[in-house]
Amino acid sequence: MLQGLSELLSEYNVLAAFWMTIKLTVAAAIGALLIGTIVAIMRVSPVAVFRSAGTAYVTLVRNTPLTLIVFFCAFGFYITLQYRIGAQDSPIDVQNFRWGVLGLAVYHAAFVAEALRSGINTVPKGQAEAARAIGLDFRQSLSNVVLPQAFRGAIAPLGNVMIALTKNTTVVATIGVAEASYLMKGMIEFRPDLIYVIFGIMAAGFVILTLPLGILFTTFSRRLAVKR
Amino acid sequence: MSAETSVLFDAPGPKARVRHRVIAIAGGLGILALLFFLIRALGARGQFTAEKWSPFLDPVTWTSYLLPGLRATLVAAFFSVILSMICGILLGMGRLSQLRPVRVACGVFVEFFRSVPVLMMMLFAYYVFLFGIQISGELLPLLGVIAGLTFYNSSVIAELIRSGVGSLPMGQREAGLAVGLTPFATLRLVLLPQAITLMLPSIVSQLVVILKDSALGFLILYPELVRSGQTLASLKGNLIPTFIVIAAIFIIINYLLTRLARYLERRLQVRGRGPKVSEFEELVSPSMAPGGALAAPGQT
Repeated sequence: MLQGLSELLSEYNVLAAFWMTIKLTVAAAIGALLIGTIVAIMRVSPVAVFRSAGTAYVTLVRNTPLTLIVFFCAFGFYITLQYRIGAQDSPIDVQNFRWGVLGLAVYHAAFVAEALRSGINTVPKGQAEAARAIGLDFRQSLSNVVLPQAFRGAIAPLGNVMIALTKNTTVVATIGVAEASYLMKGMIEFRPDLIYVIFGIMAAGFVILTLPLGILFTTFSRRLAVKR
Repeated sequence: MSAETSVLFDAPGPKARVRHRVIAIAGGLGILALLFFLIRALGARGQFTAEKWSPFLDPVTWTSYLLPGLRATLVAAFFSVILSMICGILLGMGRLSQLRPVRVACGVFVEFFRSVPVLMMMLFAYYVFLFGIQISGELLPLLGVIAGLTFYNSSVIAELIRSGVGSLPMGQREAGLAVGLTPFATLRLVLLPQAITLMLPSIVSQLVVILKDSALGFLILYPELVRSGQTLASLKGNLIPTFIVIAAIFIIINYLLTRLARYLERRLQVRGRGPKVSEFEELVSPSMAPGGALAAPGQT
């Protein structure tokens, strides 16, 4: 088994595949946080039109399989409609990566928005009322009282979204981006005799990626928790 | 959420109401313009021609592609739900066991399968069935999908059960023990039935996750809705309309399930058995990450 392990590691570039997973995760996380924040702001806005637009986005995106969203980006917008992201002459695998990131970002943005909103919901109404009662104006009460508590309340759910995002990057294997699960499929097809070792390596890789993330977010959410 | 009950904003006065109306009109026009440009871009590339959409008026499209695909998706989801419930309850009981080795073993199992992507477990199960047990034919992809979904979702349900039991009043357990039940009988007869009722909304929401994740079966050639849709699309050359129709099917089913979950949640609260909302979210949210559920986020 140890021999199989070293054979696999010398034959296949496992690290490169996980590096791709990390790149996908970071890029999609940035995109999801950006879009998600906008959607969250729309969902809590006092203007009804924005609220319904935000709710519509969350309802539509959250109920669609990620696989379908990623296909929509890669096969629909890229292959069928010939839209390209960034440089027009970049090769197919770069385009697939970018469209994959966009799909991941669009999907997880809905969950980021819900996480931020649930953070705002943890702030009791009395906090805002107390802020106004001691004479803070709208801006001061929001920036000094309400939002700091809301961000702290959003850390734990945001952590869950980020961990799920890390695992969900495997879905872009369906459009041929060479990340961890894509490599795993290839490895198993060529070396079915080592299937358990292969699964062990890949699963360990994800445990290594997600476990520290989970511990980090739990620690932060505990340390920054608002005592009530 | 209505503006009046928001923690962020005061109830608007006359000036603010006028301002809101102006913003609403501007924003509404902006959103409409965005939609208009998207639809015009699709239209300009010929995605709204009759030829692209007329296949959906043809009964054969439904009877030989979309409905069999939907059936395959529902079959995979159905078996996964049943198996995940059984395994999840057993694992959850294991995590609450009096015996330390059982507790640790179930804990390691749950934590491991919760941190490995569903797609990897599906691929692994598929190839183990193919090479290890040498199953072949039509059943192979179905078994792969069910196994992958069951591994992941039974861990999630085990966590739901555990947090459900944890949120019950201490008196329940003490009363069970006081009337002479063994710890195991207390768990089985007193705590578990209450925990399952309590967690019913989250379990229904987990159904949404299972339905969505069944689309991952695409990669192991399971003929679920997305794959059968792709077959149809490559035949008729209408990929984008087909994807829109499939997305609509998923959205309708999952939306109804979400509504059912909310209804159950509200009913439990009316009966006074559900935990308070804030408490509930805190308890449940860890297992409800994408892949997760209700108001708090949910894998693919």
